[in-house]
Amino acid sequence: MMALSPEEWQALALSLRVGLLSVVVSLPFALGLAWVLSRKRFPGRLLVEALMFLPLTLPPVVTGYALLVVFARHGWFGEWLAEFGIVFAFRWSGAVLAAAVMGFPLLVLSIRVAFDHVDQRLERAAETLGAGPWRRFMTIVVPLSTRGIVAGCVLAFARAFGEFGATITFVSSIPGETRTLPIAIYELMSMPGGDSGVQRLTVVALAVAFAATVVAAFLGGSLWGRRRHD
Amino acid sequence: MIELDLHHEFADFRIDIGFVAQSRCVALFGDSGAGKSTVLDAIAGLLKPHGGRITLDGQVLFDRARGIDVAPARREIGYVFQDGRLFPHLSVRANLLYGARARRRPASELDRIVALLDLGNLLGRKVHNLSGGERQRVAIGRALVAQPRILLLDEPMTGLHREARQQVLEHLRRLKRELRVATLLVSHLADEVAALADEVILLQGGSVTAQLASAEFAARVGHAPDAPG
Repeated sequence: MMALSPEEWQALALSLRVGLLSVVVSLPFALGLAWVLSRKRFPGRLLVEALMFLPLTLPPVVTGYALLVVFARHGWFGEWLAEFGIVFAFRWSGAVLAAAVMGFPLLVLSIRVAFDHVDQRLERAAETLGAGPWRRFMTIVVPLSTRGIVAGCVLAFARAFGEFGATITFVSSIPGETRTLPIAIYELMSMPGGDSGVQRLTVVALAVAFAATVVAAFLGGSLWGRRRHD
Repeated sequence: MIELDLHHEFADFRIDIGFVAQSRCVALFGDSGAGKSTVLDAIAGLLKPHGGRITLDGQVLFDRARGIDVAPARREIGYVFQDGRLFPHLSVRANLLYGARARRRPASELDRIVALLDLGNLLGRKVHNLSGGERQRVAIGRALVAQPRILLLDEPMTGLHREARQQVLEHLRRLKRELRVATLLVSHLADEVAALADEVILLQGGSVTAQLASAEFAARVGHAPDAPG
């Protein structure tokens, strides 16, 4: 029962690739935004936070539609990006973009909590030793936030791995290109005799999601309630 | 030489401190709340005074009227905080080298400082394994390896037990003799000040009440001053 068919392997591999790439692509932006939200007070900060959280609260299909409006070939930026050979709609890169947008709030939130926990007096000490803002960020803030950053990456990956609504709306279901594991499950459910495939992929999805949650809880636990070790 | 004219207003406390200090080791002596640490923060650039001017060896670090405010990272100051503030994720060695690397300076002073502060057997250790006295010696070493123009010591022995205090004091005396780095010491402990300072500025309630040579200070508080270093 557990031997996956080639198509199911394809969907699993695509989901893993989309999940990993979405985290890699969004991590620099998440680090920057988390730092700004943790350290800076500025007008419009609340608006920035609200916008960042939108993908968590909006129906995913609306997020997918918004991505279409912006990045479709004839969307706001689609035509302009196409001139540089960058196309998202109905491509695996679009699945990465949709997954990155959906996982972004979790990534920023986790990193921001970690940044909030860094003793800012250490940053002041580094400053007196000649460290500029970038060096302080890279040598003090990021290393002391490693657990929170990794926990955020794992959570965002899990969210991206399971992403369905925005992805199917934005890039549809093209085998080998955009048919990720959740989309494959959905399609198998409406196919005669697809039950065993649904069960196999469900077990895989459960295993990945459970492993990611355990890792995130283990890494993030010290930040989200348990006693800190450092 | 430090020339300082500092005006700053907190919610319930006002500071108006001015002095010119020329000796190699100058102490700011006074009770808690006298404004001692505020002076150090202003010299290091961690506090932006509401008014005044600060120069170090003729270089203007801060001048409110002229809009000059050199960034803390560019002031080339070694600040030893009361609580050490060692970087917990780094080894003792990496802590010691942090400033030299940040200022892109050769770590030529490392071996000498390590020897003077007896840090040789601590270099590979993480800082959370250190005792209070060891932590403070590493903090002093970290500030010195970066080759500062002036060393700011903020109550470096407060919170240490008697034996550790004595050790840190001995090491500071040794550094004073061997390195000849300009030092500004903040303390409320008369014996500490008498043992290290060449010149003492007395602070009370946010202003200077007297500026004394070390012998005068020692006579006033009844402690023998350190031999000239």
